Amino acid sequence: MVGIGAEFMAESELVSQASQGSRRALARLLTMIQQGDQESIDSVLSISPVQSIGITGPPGVGKSCLTDCLAKIFADRGERVGVLCIDPSSPISGGSLLGDRMRMEQSGVHDRIYIRSVATRTSHSSIPLRLKAMISALSIAGMDRVLIETVGVGQTEIGIVSMTDSVLLVDGPDRGDIVQAEKAGLLELADVVVVNKGDLPGSEQAAANIRSGLALGPASSVPVMVVSALNRTGIDELVEALVSIQSRPSVEIVKWRHRLSSAIMDELVSRSSFESAVKDLVEGRVSIEQAIQNIIQQ
Amino acid sequence: MDPLRIVVAKPGLDGHDRGAKVVARALRDAGHEVIYTGLRRTPEEIIRIVEDEDASILGLSSLSGAHGFLFPRVCELLKENGLDDVVVFGGGIIPQADRPALFDSGVRAIFGPGTPTEEFTLFLNEVKSRRMSNKPVGVGFSDGWHWS
Repeated sequence: MVGIGAEFMAESELVSQASQGSRRALARLLTMIQQGDQESIDSVLSISPVQSIGITGPPGVGKSCLTDCLAKIFADRGERVGVLCIDPSSPISGGSLLGDRMRMEQSGVHDRIYIRSVATRTSHSSIPLRLKAMISALSIAGMDRVLIETVGVGQTEIGIVSMTDSVLLVDGPDRGDIVQAEKAGLLELADVVVVNKGDLPGSEQAAANIRSGLALGPASSVPVMVVSALNRTGIDELVEALVSIQSRPSVEIVKWRHRLSSAIMDELVSRSSFESAVKDLVEGRVSIEQAIQNIIQQ
Repeated sequence: MDPLRIVVAKPGLDGHDRGAKVVARALRDAGHEVIYTGLRRTPEEIIRIVEDEDASILGLSSLSGAHGFLFPRVCELLKENGLDDVVVFGGGIIPQADRPALFDSGVRAIFGPGTPTEEFTLFLNEVKSRRMSNKPVGVGFSDGWHWS
């Protein structure tokens, strides 16, 4: 629908213009990828993607504000930064209100930062389909680093772990007692944990709770830091921690398990037989086991 | 069908965004992807957002009285940046006497207070059918058509 020039451009031309720094070509390429255009997807997947950091955590802890802060710092260091901000789509209308830019006042017009709001659309999880190809497209367009801000997540949504090289878990003060920090899940897979809103009371205590929760497990070496995206305190230390993340062998197997299972899932739900199986189920023509067979056998 | 990508923007020094949020919500419920910019954006920031988000529709909301400068400025920058296909609509407190000049600058519809939310869908359907039949509707193609 968009872009008089970009609309009629072949995929290879879009890729070549995007790699020469055209923001519009990149924007259009990402649209095509998200729409599932196979040629666009194939045209970006050959490149090895740049470093990506997933920024995740519960709703309202300041993920957007912190992402804004980090993008600006990386860009000021001379890097080109791609930012993908994920928000949920309505399962009923398919619409989405993408509001992350409200909090992105510093990075919104920086020449070395490209920000894109991404709705989850028909994804089975909080991770949009084809996110991997979107990261590759940003890499082709010359980004040195990709930041991905997830939807607000609960304790077990670890989908982002499978998509990015590393994960920053953002929490806030006053998020519950020490038992919350003892619970298993996302916390165990994060590479860096921050308590944001460090300007508010209770943040040091929250960080101490998280540290003691991690201390006895395999993630005891994971840094837990207090920052304030609002007042920009602790941010430089956070950036240092992010650029010096070491991969942990115990997490690698988990990451690959999730990468593989979400790739399988993406592949299956993208098939046309998936939608016809849903229709068959609604109309009572098949059992769910038969529906699965119909999808797999396509 | 893939959703339309629509930027809803608040240009200039204006802290009133109830209307913009109601419009954003209505468009979301109609199945579109709505990128809300937040308050006090410059025309240059708005152009950058439309470009990066690959949006095909831009809604501008103003209640400060500065629409006579801001709306045409945004339209002009869209054209300068080759974003001629983007369809611009406006909303807020826009006196009737000011509207012809805004339509001339490329704005295709103006929705005042009390507009039923269904009217946005009617407008977008009209935009869609004009596009299908290759009639000009983007900001860069002036044929005098506007929603009324």
